[in-house]
Amino acid sequence: MRLEYHVTGRDFQAAGEAAAKIKRTLRQIGIDAETARRVGIVAYEAEMNIVIHAYCGIVGIDILPQRVNIYADDEGPGISDIALAMQVGYSTAPEDIREMGFGAGLGLPNMKRYSDELEVTSQVGSGTSIRAVINLPAKEEG
Amino acid sequence: MRLGDVARILEAEVLIGEDKLDLQVEAGCGCDLISDLLAFTKERMLVLTGLVSPQIIRAAEMVDLAAIVFVRGKRPTPDIIDMSRELGLPIMCTHYPLYESAGLLFAAGLPGWRDWPQAVGGAQDAP
Repeated sequence: MRLEYHVTGRDFQAAGEAAAKIKRTLRQIGIDAETARRVGIVAYEAEMNIVIHAYCGIVGIDILPQRVNIYADDEGPGISDIALAMQVGYSTAPEDIREMGFGAGLGLPNMKRYSDELEVTSQVGSGTSIRAVINLPAKEEG
Repeated sequence: MRLGDVARILEAEVLIGEDKLDLQVEAGCGCDLISDLLAFTKERMLVLTGLVSPQIIRAAEMVDLAAIVFVRGKRPTPDIIDMSRELGLPIMCTHYPLYESAGLLFAAGLPGWRDWPQAVGGAQDAP
C-alpha cells in the first residue's frame, strides 16, 4: 500500500498535513502506536525539510508486511555537506523560519534517531532524496 | 499527575480539554523548538512552551502528547484552538514563565524524561 503527498515549499499553513495523514492512516489500518509515531515523526521532519528548504517535493510511504519505507524527494537547492547536516545543532534555516520554532538543527538527526535505516542523497542545485526504513515489530506467534 | 492538577498548580486557563482533567500525564518537558519537541518527548507527556504556532499542535499529534501548556501569558490563535479541538488535544494557558511553570510542576512531583524509564532509549537518551 502506498500513500504519497505533494508538498509545497514555504507553505506553512499546510505544513505537516501529509505527515498527519500518513500517521492517521497507519493507525486506521491497525499499525501499532509506537511504529505509527516513529513513521509520523520521520515523515514530519522530511516534510518540513521540503517546506523550509525546497521549492516543492513529495513525501510518501510504502507499507510492506515487515516494514514501512518512507521516501521524500524535492526540487531545491540540495545539501552540499550531508555529514555536516546530520550533525545535531547544524542548521541553515533562515531567521524568519527560526522564529517559527524551526532550525534546531535536529531534522536529519531526528530522522536517523527514529528510523532503522536512513539514506540521504543530494545534488546541489537540483534536490534532495531521503529514504528511511522503519521495521514493524515482529508479530508474536500465538 | 492529573491534568486538572497541572491546571490548578499553574493557575491555568483550560482552553480545550475541560472534559479531560482526569487524564494522567507521565512526565513534562519545556521547549520552544519543534524538533526539540519531537526529539525529547514521548506519548502521555506534557509540553510547556512559549511557541504559539499551529506547528506545535502538528508536532504534538505526531508524538501523541497528553497536553500543551502555553506559558508567559501567551494565547494561541483561533486556528490553533480549532486544531486542538479537532484532535481532542487539551491545551491551556498560564501566566507563569517557562522556568517557573516547569519548577512548580517538578516540585509537585511531575518528573522530566530523565526519571521516566519508559522514554525511548531510557534515561541515557535524555536531553
